[in-house]
Amino acid sequence: MSIASFSGGVRRRGLLKAGLIVGAAQVASPFVLRARAADSVKIGLDNPLTGTYGGPGKNELIGCQLAVEQINAKGGILGRNVELIVEDSTSGDAGTAVQKARKLIDGDKADFLLGNVNSALALAMAQVSNEKKILHIVPGGHTDAITGSSCHWNVFRVCNTTQMEAAAVAATLIKDYGKKFYYITPDYAFGHTLEAGMVKACAALGGSRVGGDLAPLGSADFSAYLINAQAANPDVIIFLTQGDDMVNALKQAVQFGLDKKIHLAGAQQELEPLEGLPPEARIGTWVMEWYWNQPGVPHVAEFVDIVKKRTGRVPTARTWFGLVSVWTCALAAAKANSLDAVAMAKALQGFQLPPEIALSPNPAIYRAGQNQLLATLYVGTAQASGDAPDDLFKVTSVVNGADIAGPLEDSGCKMTWPA
Amino acid sequence: MTQLILYSVFNGLIVGAFYALMALGLSLILNLSGVINFAHGGFLAIGAYLAYTLIPVIGFWGALVLAPIVTAMIGLAVERAMIRPLYGRDPLYGLLLTFGLAYIIEDGTRFFWGAQSVPFQVPGWLTSPLSNQFFFLTGYRLFMIVIVAIAVGGLFFVLTYTRLGMRIRAGTHDLDTVSTLGVNVGLLRNLNFGIGIYIAGLAGVLAAGLLGLSPTMGASLLMPSFVAIIVGGLGSLLGTLLGGLLIGLASGLTAVFFPSATEAVIYVMMGLVLLVRPRGLLGEEGRMH
Amino acid sequence: MNKAQRRAFDIAVWALLLTMPYWMGAIGGYTELATRIVVMGLAAMSLNFLLGFTGVLSFGHAAYFGLGAYGTAMAIKYLAQGTLLSMAAGIVIATIAAAIIGALIVRRRGVYFAMVTIAFGQVFYFIAFRWNVVTGGDDGLTGWHRMPIDLGLANLDIFGNDKAFYYFALVIFAICVAIMAMLLNSPFGRTLLAIRENERRARFLGIPIERHIWLSFVISCLFVSVAGTLYALLNNFTDPRALRFDLSGNFVIMAVLGGMRFFWGPLIGAAIFVALQDYISSHTENWMSAIGLVFVLVVLFFPRGVLGILRGRSAE
Repeated sequence: MSIASFSGGVRRRGLLKAGLIVGAAQVASPFVLRARAADSVKIGLDNPLTGTYGGPGKNELIGCQLAVEQINAKGGILGRNVELIVEDSTSGDAGTAVQKARKLIDGDKADFLLGNVNSALALAMAQVSNEKKILHIVPGGHTDAITGSSCHWNVFRVCNTTQMEAAAVAATLIKDYGKKFYYITPDYAFGHTLEAGMVKACAALGGSRVGGDLAPLGSADFSAYLINAQAANPDVIIFLTQGDDMVNALKQAVQFGLDKKIHLAGAQQELEPLEGLPPEARIGTWVMEWYWNQPGVPHVAEFVDIVKKRTGRVPTARTWFGLVSVWTCALAAAKANSLDAVAMAKALQGFQLPPEIALSPNPAIYRAGQNQLLATLYVGTAQASGDAPDDLFKVTSVVNGADIAGPLEDSGCKMTWPA
Repeated sequence: MTQLILYSVFNGLIVGAFYALMALGLSLILNLSGVINFAHGGFLAIGAYLAYTLIPVIGFWGALVLAPIVTAMIGLAVERAMIRPLYGRDPLYGLLLTFGLAYIIEDGTRFFWGAQSVPFQVPGWLTSPLSNQFFFLTGYRLFMIVIVAIAVGGLFFVLTYTRLGMRIRAGTHDLDTVSTLGVNVGLLRNLNFGIGIYIAGLAGVLAAGLLGLSPTMGASLLMPSFVAIIVGGLGSLLGTLLGGLLIGLASGLTAVFFPSATEAVIYVMMGLVLLVRPRGLLGEEGRMH
Repeated sequence: MNKAQRRAFDIAVWALLLTMPYWMGAIGGYTELATRIVVMGLAAMSLNFLLGFTGVLSFGHAAYFGLGAYGTAMAIKYLAQGTLLSMAAGIVIATIAAAIIGALIVRRRGVYFAMVTIAFGQVFYFIAFRWNVVTGGDDGLTGWHRMPIDLGLANLDIFGNDKAFYYFALVIFAICVAIMAMLLNSPFGRTLLAIRENERRARFLGIPIERHIWLSFVISCLFVSVAGTLYALLNNFTDPRALRFDLSGNFVIMAVLGGMRFFWGPLIGAAIFVALQDYISSHTENWMSAIGLVFVLVVLFFPRGVLGILRGRSAE
């Protein structure tokens, strides 16, 4: 062994030692946070912090943390301190999400389960929470089945169904842009139901689907679909992609100059992808589930201020989902005066959120028999900048969720309660 | 219809050129060092994020030049510290190490730049199409082709006409003999790795203009690069180049007739090549052992 | 290490396994984690049949793991079969796939073999991902769960009772491990070791190398698919992640971490890896760096694995 490699070994060992110390410190410090009071009420959050959905997941976490602080400042749940236990479900590994759900319920004895951004993971977790009879709030998992064909008595959802989003934006599109639509749909359950919802809502108003493409999740290159879309000569190209896929698709559409020939629009839009787009690609007509810039609506400005002070950025719909989810737990327990899941679930039937939580012009109510929150939807256009640098969305119309949610029978939810 | 086919073919070639660039870096490292660099996508992301950070300081063109260089320097350091000890050992260890490295890089980029996509600003005159008729010929895609062509040309020039390049090519065939001729093999591998990572970083800067910039951006580009190498043939850089173009072309054509199979066709091609001509189109026999 | 020591070690391992659900809680674990360790341990040991004992690197074993999982899930969901029959369905599908693919790739070695196993693994991932109608696509196959097993004499409620399922998994694990041990101690097993040590010499001795490697590959994939079926039953869910190459990578690191050359090595590696990942990811969102660091450290400093270090010390 030559001198050179020996000294390399020593250097490497030193580097490694440093790395181990840093790593140990990382693990050690949060450990202190986990030494919890035995008597606190525990809310388990099983949401992505890494991977594709890490961004929205992080924002939901911020909303949850803020809510926990507010609740504790007001005396906690049933007089006991509230503790948020956070687990990373990863963005797609159902095995991990289910494992963490069981860990939170069996290991940490959580009283509530929250999650998941990824609808599929939310469904998998719902099976666990139902089996264990724990109250489960889904902040931002959108597939209709969660409060539809796979609904459970113990599972509540804050964000909208795809049917509601489609119904909200369809009218604006038909009125302002035309009747021929081409769909670029992400190829998973959420995308399929959203497209089905859009096609149905537009058809009811005279619109028609002139064509569409199913893009696999995580598609990098949308040029093929955009070329097909242009060839079909629609009035509007509907982008149902989300997150990074939305960013890729819009970026490329604008580079093709398609926005100058055809209207670009879609259904669900969020602030996170808009922030990820270069300013010239922040275009199109969309519907958002909550927006921070709501002049004239009480309590919203305070919420925005607190979040801005704490994180340096404005809250997004995801932050609001997190806030509502945790508060729902507290309010349910307060109304039922117990932590029994069945009692709390019954207390939440038809429950209306107080205005400082609803943070919207219309009331926010959990629909009885479906456990779906009916709140407000915001239709508008994306913009490069507005009143403020983060004002990337111009709201043109505000829709009351209760008005456009279809009849309960159509949702496919048949709720059965334990004996 | 012919127009649509033409569009798709052309576009497929553009995408293929990009795959080829990625695959070339990977192939370069694989041929000389026998290491499958799972972290290649991670270095692509590093290149992209560095460019994003540098643009406000030195502008897009400055970032285009500097970001890949910094990425390459990181690659050189990584090779020296972590990969060099693995030469001569079972290829298993190189695989595992770069695998772990990929995790660390993804987490690192998320730690420094956040989990959310960040906006990447490309000079305005590049982002519009050149003509109404050929709208898919955006300035940016053509720019990509030009840069890829320059990079590939540069790479082949270095490999053919410089001493370093000659040594790399010789080392790919017979590293022992090269070593006995007095060449510092460790340094050679190091520089070779650096070149491969430079290409990855460059691909990252190009990708950032086309895709969203997020910590997971490199992951989806890694697999097509593997397939390009398998299709083109292990051991042949020209084969890798060809492989990349071919799979891009196949993707483009499939998009016209059978849009949902656009990705699947890449794997079908790989399967076909493995069945009919396992060493790849231009691969060398005996390279697999 | 003599026979008595080896026997003692075996007994210790089994004692720990038999009682795991009971002492798991005390150290911050939970029953499901114990089951997960057994399942991953089986997967890693199956991979090691090929990797550590035949000397062939496959980085695409998750494909067969996942096929076992999907086969089971689809049998339960679409055909309403009982647990054991569904498991059989998953195992059969995965083994047939392994037999076919093994035959295609058995002539390659080293890096190229590894690359090709990765690529084929991705093909199956891709099929599961895109064939939404059948496999549920990215959302995975949901809406089913493991059914209690009717053994004629008694009803084994493996759905409602976590501990019951743990012991069920342990029994399956025991059967597979026993068969693997028998195979490795047989002349066939000795031949595999010979191939691992020096393939060329083995070839000169007239051993049909390709056929042995193919058999080893198929056996290894068969047992990894059993682990896959258990995984599907554990989660009451299966999704394309069960087929991806990062899961393959995890199996390999478990085998190396515990010690590739030792029979129980991969189980030890799986226990450490699963428990570590569970623990670290609860405490920091930078768990990916920690896991990546484990890979890097093991490769650079502990290539012989935990058992390799322990045995090395005892040999001195």
